[in-house]
Amino acid sequence: MPDRRLVLLACLLVLACALFLVWGLKGRVGFILELRSIKLAALLCVGAAVGISTVVFQTVTGNRILTPAIMGFDALFLLMQTGLVFLLGGFGYLSLAGPAKFLLETVVMMAAAMALFSLLLGRGKHDMHRMILVGVIFGVFFRSLTGFLQRVIDPSEYSVVQGAMFASFGSVDPAQLFFAGAVTLAALAVLARLAGTLDVVALGRSTAIGLGLAYDRLVIALLAVTAALVSVSTALVGPITFLGLLVAALAHALMRSHRHAVLLPASAMIAATVLVAGQWLFERVLHLQSTLAVIIEFFGGTFFLFLVLKGRIR
Amino acid sequence: MIEIRNVSHRINGTPILHDVTCDIPRSGITALIGPNGAGKSTLLNLVARLLPLEQGAIVVDGEDVSRTPSRDLALRLAIVAQQVGIASRLRVQDLVGFGRWPHHRGRPGPQDAAAVAEAISDFGLEDLRHRFLDELSGGQQQRAFVAMGFAQGTDWLLLDEPLNNLDMFHARALMARVHAQTRPSLDRPRSVVMVVHEINYAAGWADHIVALKDGQVSASGSPKDILTPATLSALFGMEIRVEQVEGRPLIMHHL
Ligand SMILES: Nc1ncnc2c1ncn2[C@@H]1O[C@H](COP(=O)(O)OP(=O)(O)OP(=O)(O)O)[C@@H](O)[C@H]1O
Ligand SMILES: [Mg+2]
Repeated sequence: MPDRRLVLLACLLVLACALFLVWGLKGRVGFILELRSIKLAALLCVGAAVGISTVVFQTVTGNRILTPAIMGFDALFLLMQTGLVFLLGGFGYLSLAGPAKFLLETVVMMAAAMALFSLLLGRGKHDMHRMILVGVIFGVFFRSLTGFLQRVIDPSEYSVVQGAMFASFGSVDPAQLFFAGAVTLAALAVLARLAGTLDVVALGRSTAIGLGLAYDRLVIALLAVTAALVSVSTALVGPITFLGLLVAALAHALMRSHRHAVLLPASAMIAATVLVAGQWLFERVLHLQSTLAVIIEFFGGTFFLFLVLKGRIR
Repeated sequence: MIEIRNVSHRINGTPILHDVTCDIPRSGITALIGPNGAGKSTLLNLVARLLPLEQGAIVVDGEDVSRTPSRDLALRLAIVAQQVGIASRLRVQDLVGFGRWPHHRGRPGPQDAAAVAEAISDFGLEDLRHRFLDELSGGQQQRAFVAMGFAQGTDWLLLDEPLNNLDMFHARALMARVHAQTRPSLDRPRSVVMVVHEINYAAGWADHIVALKDGQVSASGSPKDILTPATLSALFGMEIRVEQVEGRPLIMHHL
């Protein structure tokens, strides 16, 4: 049964990609196709990263309402952008080359995530709630610090920060995309092998240990992979809080299965389809630039509320 | 045999277990009794390495628990903990199937399917096998978790209050099943350690009793020796009358 649903999702994704590539194609076809392929690859990469990282994170934390964004990831990203503008000035920030900046961002995000996780897991504290609470507090702290820095910096440089503060699917740096793709593929390869193990992790700590998992080590590894995926998507297009929430809820509702062998591909394909089809609709058909992020956040939030109120989230 | 040697345990600085030393014999049923908060679950979780051992040693059939790899231990010892919440949406059959994970690690074979089918029929779950766990009653869930522990097929099975929420029919059926599988005359008898609050089940079925009070072993031995008015009154801090019915102690604790 689930396989047919996966095939359907794959068909939808292929359809969305085809529309995205060939819709309104005229003039210098080769050149336009190349530009569009780069954008498409970025959207697929972000979709896979957001969908899979959210499902893994929710499995590890045993929760369907939290996403990595709640752990203060997007806030950390914004702080990093603001901090760079503060230190280097607007011009220096803009001249910082793509791949170097991207690698730096990914490494900082992963390091911060690991510091947070090992701080809380390393001392034999197996308390997810405590960790999440600390994450939320860090998020508030990062946001306040960002707000403070923004008040201190030059108003003209503030506009540079603003560009990074909101998700944009418009421009993609090919070199950055190459690194992002490599990180995403590596993470996917690791998770594909761990799909069965993730099913056991979802049973909770006691049951998983009783079944012979080296649970604590495994959780750290899984959170590191999650951190890498979140860094990739945030660095490529900026913070998109509700996409992961929306996609994970959809994947669980559609697949109605506990098996990550179907949940992970489903969430990746749903996220990619939403991004590709949405970008096609808003940019090509409605000619509205940079509204997709707003729409995703709006519908993601609304749909999530609907799911909570209908009691469909378990 | 499970050898527990000088085990002390603290939670957040509060001492929970003080220098616990006892042996749990191989094959048969060992009942762990004692008042709420005595440390029964803590001790069971330490044996099953769900809590890290801080002080002392625990050896299961010659293997030191704190040094044996978790996956090796999962083939010798299974635990059904006191409170198990499950976040993912699972069907009964899938949950019981997870009991076979230590054996197949993701690729179930025919003997795994057979073990799951047996556990499901042993605990009367045939009609519920396709139901979601969060759509079952408390007692039905409890039976599903115990069935999962049985499906793991280990020599040692630790059950923390397995009779919780069970009606008298299912409670007796569970005890009879555990009893049948732990007889030393079997080819491969299991050994079961269970926390029991309904003391007459211990009186009726257990081969060995360990009494825990305030984090210390206050008594251990055969049911006849432990289930006496004097020992039980001291353990629970109340007057308890004990009758003899069909050669077994019947504890009149409810009147
Ligand atoms: N996470 C915790 N934090 C603080 N104290 C705890 C924690 N878990 C258990 N305790 C304390 O440790 C003591 C022993 O708890 P344990 O769960 O082992 O008791 P028990 O004998 O299983 O009781 P019950 O019959 O109620 O299940 C209790 O006093 C309890 O309050
Ligand atoms: Mg207990």
